Amino acid sequence: MPELIITKNIDVPGIDRLDVYRQYGGYEALEKALHEYQPEEIVELVKKSGLRGRGGAGFPTGMKWGFLAKNEPRYLCCNCDESEPGTFKDRMLMEKNPHQLVEGVIITSYACRVSTAFIYVRGELAYAARQVQRAVDEAYAAGYIGKNILGSGYSLDVIVHRGAGAYICGEESALMESLEGRRGYPRLKPPFPAAVGLYGGPTVINNCETLSTVPAVVRNGADWYASFGTEKSKGTRIFCLSGHVKKPGNYELPLGTPLRTLIYDEQYGGGILGDRQLKAVIPGGSSTFILGADKIDTPLDFESVAAAGSMLGSGGVIVMHEDTCIVDAVLRMTEFYRDESCGKCTPCREGTYWLVQLLERIEHGHGKMSDIDLLLDICDNISGKSFCPLGDAATSSITSSIKLFREEYEYHVREGCCKVGPKARKPVAAAL
Amino acid sequence: MISEQAKQRMRELAARYPVARSAVMPALYIAQAEEGYVSRAALEAVAEALNMTVDDVESVATFYTMYYQRPPGKKVIKVCNSISCYLRGCDALIEQLERRLGIKRGETSPDGRYTLLTVECLASCGTAPVLQVNDEFVENLTPELVDRLADQWEAEFQAEGQSQGRSPAGAGGC
Repeated sequence: MPELIITKNIDVPGIDRLDVYRQYGGYEALEKALHEYQPEEIVELVKKSGLRGRGGAGFPTGMKWGFLAKNEPRYLCCNCDESEPGTFKDRMLMEKNPHQLVEGVIITSYACRVSTAFIYVRGELAYAARQVQRAVDEAYAAGYIGKNILGSGYSLDVIVHRGAGAYICGEESALMESLEGRRGYPRLKPPFPAAVGLYGGPTVINNCETLSTVPAVVRNGADWYASFGTEKSKGTRIFCLSGHVKKPGNYELPLGTPLRTLIYDEQYGGGILGDRQLKAVIPGGSSTFILGADKIDTPLDFESVAAAGSMLGSGGVIVMHEDTCIVDAVLRMTEFYRDESCGKCTPCREGTYWLVQLLERIEHGHGKMSDIDLLLDICDNISGKSFCPLGDAATSSITSSIKLFREEYEYHVREGCCKVGPKARKPVAAAL
Repeated sequence: MISEQAKQRMRELAARYPVARSAVMPALYIAQAEEGYVSRAALEAVAEALNMTVDDVESVATFYTMYYQRPPGKKVIKVCNSISCYLRGCDALIEQLERRLGIKRGETSPDGRYTLLTVECLASCGTAPVLQVNDEFVENLTPELVDRLADQWEAEFQAEGQSQGRSPAGAGGC
């Protein structure tokens, strides 16, 4: 078992309470940050550690902090609006070890000279929100949040804000709109949040897992953190393994660990459900491109997964075995984007609707051969033509699945049924 | 009716945020907790507390799926039907629930007991298939567990006695 960082103490009984969290070194990183470092030194430390965002884009965290405009007040938004299909790590971090997140929020706020921080928790995750709120309340009472924290002269206010059911609010500009009390419509960029963000102020927005990692980086140093992972993808991250594996779950691994290890190793996925053949893997949540079974030896780091033709995204690894109808699976994923499109941009609002219509037609045996290229044509008319990446995300599974499994789409059109899975027309011998 | 106490909490929230209207989402939750859904009175109370127009509050309330436009059942059952739950067989469980509760997805039972909804990924893919009953998770669902849950809900309603005069919510979804 490689050394764990973010999930190290996750199963310690009572770690969600301040006293137990402190017994395990909790808030020592905050004391160290406030008493031994100037804010800019923390930014440099995190830059040097190589930590990159764990929300999806993988942007270098320290660099993001360094981009903040100099005017005040500045804001921090911690993005805990976890909704990407196949992703369930932030919920675990909030429910089980909320103080680690809160400590990360405070250190980051200090590093970025922020006076008000928001933790935006997805509405559906009611228990996670209660856990984070309790941790914030305990931190206020202990003097870790509030005026003149630990005698340092630094003051901070932290507000836990619950969403109310909208995937789009995980997009950073929509999240800020939502926090400002409006519908979650994405904003045009530029200006980027680092210049003009929440309430018009410079704003840093980081994912829950990213900020949960910050205390360990400060406590143990940049070189220690950078000793994990690969040359360009430093550290560890939580891979959310789901779908057709024997042991789905959250597994923290050094970046660069082969996909095969995650799926087949007895410590992790334990192999494919029913010992069937692997068909396809989505490596970073449903918004990323599908990879074929031939990519099983891809190291799970940002560069290698990109070279294999996809993205590490949110770390949501979704596994599909040989009996999965790819058209039906893609239809299911596309319905998600149709339902979650906020409706602001026409290509995404209308395009996702038509993608579902066409996929349904093909799946149910009424498709035309020309529908397959029509799907690609619609994808081309959505991708890159909307304010935010939701539209692009909706096309990933379609374009990649047609590239990898075009013959399965054609089979649906030709035979009027699925090639594999429960809705396949069984050969006569098998039906007997 | 939204209580004076609830209105006071909304005003306190408005003061907590850098800008008052940032409190519109938590204020809508407070109002919904009082009436079970976002009623006209709820919209008016939030608007008054935050110095917004009723239309403005309504435009926010209608964007987010967790603010109910009409009264839901006493037990709101949300079943995830996104990709990871799909791969783990959620569709059969949704059909099983439809049979057990006697309503289709998206509907509220005529006696006002149940609302059955299919929802997008609930961040519980490692323990798929999954559902929520009034925001609390039930994970690793199986047909047997679904049957036990449905039995348990029925037993709870039996124990409560017959509806106790609460006017039943209309069928037709929420």
